[in-house]
Amino acid sequence: MHAVVCIKQVPDTQELQVDFDAGVIKRASVPLIVNPFDEFAIEEAVRLKEKHGGAVTALTMGPLSADEALRTALAMGCDAAVHLLDEAFEGSDTWATATVLAKALEKMGEYDVLFFGKATFDGDTGQVAPRVAALLQLPMLNFAAKIAEIDFDGKKVTVERLLETGREVVRANLPAVISVVKEINEPRYPSLLGIRRAKKVDVPTWDAAALALEKDSVGSKGSFAKLERIYRPPARAGGEIVPGEPVDAAKTVTEKLIDQGLI
Amino acid sequence: MANDDYKGILVYIERRRDGTVAPVGPELLGKGRGLADKLGAELAAAAFGPGAAELSAELFAMGADNVYVVEHDLLKDFRPRPYAKALAQLAREAKPTVILAGATTQGRDLAAAAATYLKTGLSADCVGLEVDDAGLLKQTRVSCGGRVMSDWVTPEARPQFATVRPKVMKALEPDRSRAGETTHFNVDLTPDDDVGEVLSFLEAKETVNLGEADIIVSGGRGLGNPEGFELVRELAACLDAAVGASRAAVDAGWIEYAHQVGQTGRTVSPKLYVACGISGAVQHLAGMGTADVIVAINKDEEAPIFKIATYGIVGDLYEVVPALIEEIKNRRG
Ligand SMILES: Cc1cc2nc3c(=O)[nH]c(=O)nc-3n(C[C@H](O)[C@H](O)[C@H](O)COP(=O)(O)OP(=O)(O)OC[C@H]3O[C@@H](n4cnc5c(N)ncnc54)[C@H](O)[C@@H]3O)c2cc1C
Ligand SMILES: Nc1ncnc2c1ncn2[C@@H]1O[C@H](COP(=O)(O)O)[C@@H](O)[C@H]1O
Repeated sequence: MHAVVCIKQVPDTQELQVDFDAGVIKRASVPLIVNPFDEFAIEEAVRLKEKHGGAVTALTMGPLSADEALRTALAMGCDAAVHLLDEAFEGSDTWATATVLAKALEKMGEYDVLFFGKATFDGDTGQVAPRVAALLQLPMLNFAAKIAEIDFDGKKVTVERLLETGREVVRANLPAVISVVKEINEPRYPSLLGIRRAKKVDVPTWDAAALALEKDSVGSKGSFAKLERIYRPPARAGGEIVPGEPVDAAKTVTEKLIDQGLI
Repeated sequence: MANDDYKGILVYIERRRDGTVAPVGPELLGKGRGLADKLGAELAAAAFGPGAAELSAELFAMGADNVYVVEHDLLKDFRPRPYAKALAQLAREAKPTVILAGATTQGRDLAAAAATYLKTGLSADCVGLEVDDAGLLKQTRVSCGGRVMSDWVTPEARPQFATVRPKVMKALEPDRSRAGETTHFNVDLTPDDDVGEVLSFLEAKETVNLGEADIIVSGGRGLGNPEGFELVRELAACLDAAVGASRAAVDAGWIEYAHQVGQTGRTVSPKLYVACGISGAVQHLAGMGTADVIVAINKDEEAPIFKIATYGIVGDLYEVVPALIEEIKNRRG
């Protein structure tokens, strides 16, 4: 069994600092973490390995600092990691990111299942996984809350997808692309042993040339979506504490909601 | 091909499991009508699957000039690949300059794959859309957990493609006198496209379609115990509302994850959001900060939720919520 987990290093949105005058997110001062949804993806892949044997590879496209994210994945139990690193990748939209990842996966060759997070915390598009699936012509199983059955010999996987009104149980052939939601598991903390082991793993870096990609076909040049401007969300009117005893306040609020036709 | 060859707006009409039109479609037709009028172009709707033709009249009434009906054996259930291939084929033929779909689980799956087949950009979960005179679509998104707004454009590739957050756009009043043209579009799909077999669907025990709900009543750690959700459900029932929850309540095992609102749960934009015993952490606000009206009930007057609440009630929720229920029942008779 070979599972590949695609992960992204993201700024901790809670600590995020934005320079709205300059229209940029200040990356330097913000702690960087593994995208939280991707931790669920790592955990699920590692659990599969623990059950079925085989290996898990963590894959990321990102700047030098993204090496730390790969080390975290290794410390959580991934066996190998590949870092897609090239200045030409900078500014990639979801199309360009998926193009780079798909090329890397083609280069890797053999895999049974590809894991992704449901979305990233910073960009929050949830597009990279379905775009990779479309590029590689693989079945897409989005929003998986549970892997009900997986048969590596028979090349079949059954997952429960968490949709708005319930769960869809769907079966597809392997290899398949699976994106995961939080419910699927409880990610482990890396063990001390794991952290020590992770430091020693040799992580190859692949650049555009290694992937036989034209530099102009990726990064901001190879992207269709262009950012025009970032700005502060409009301030919410609000912050009104309704005066009076709680029970009276409840009456006042009910009246207001009825007056506004909300209830 | 020149961008001038691409005209008009195409809205993907999502259907519920029973075949009826999901509300986000009419919402997008409402927005699309405005965009099409500004461009002096047509507004088309695309309805897929069995019985799609019967939806035409409803879609004309909601603003469409033209309805594409797409039927095929492989389009019975929603599956991302055949649906996305069909939408891409339709787009190559109809050449809309803009395609809109709902930012639902279905819309997100479909749009990302279709945009890839079409080799174009895609803005996810937009909360604003405008076109300029040159036909360039400005796509407004919220990201970084609700902390940053951004405007995106797709300068070169066509179509310009966006998924749009449900409940943000307003549907038009249906006008049954409106008529339009129905076009049956033939798609070319092969059994190879038939990836994934739906074995069953496990309907949720209670309404968890938070995205479509006009009113959501949510409970947090302040409930103190799982039974607290009985009170939340009672208030929800008398408002005909869906039940939401904070992550703390979900992690405590008091309620299923499907109810979680926030950055690792669902993003919602209801008309009214009632937060009971929720402190208002940024990750929670990321999921509900765009609600029209927020009512917060919390015993700690310093709780951050009060900064964004339209109406804040400082007090014990076990006093306040029953008082709300009683008052609502009295008022409504
Ligand atoms: C990576 C990451 C992702 C996250 N994603 C999410 C997410 O998607 N959604 C989410 O909600 N959170 C998320 N969180 C967690 C978030 O940071 C908060 O921990 C969580 O929202 C707190 O939930 P709460 O408000 O219910 O609990 P608390 O913060 O403990 O607040 C409980 C509140 O109840 C009040 N209270 C207590 N008793 C009463 C009473 N009797 N009457 C009235 N008020 C009372 C208290 O004053 C307090 O303000 C995430 C965190 C991280 C790190
Ligand atoms: N640069 C990247 N490198 C590797 N995987 C990524 C990258 N960006 C996104 N992903 C994966 O795609 C998922 C969805 O990301 P997004 O579409 O950006 O919301 C993430 O949870 C990751 O699993």
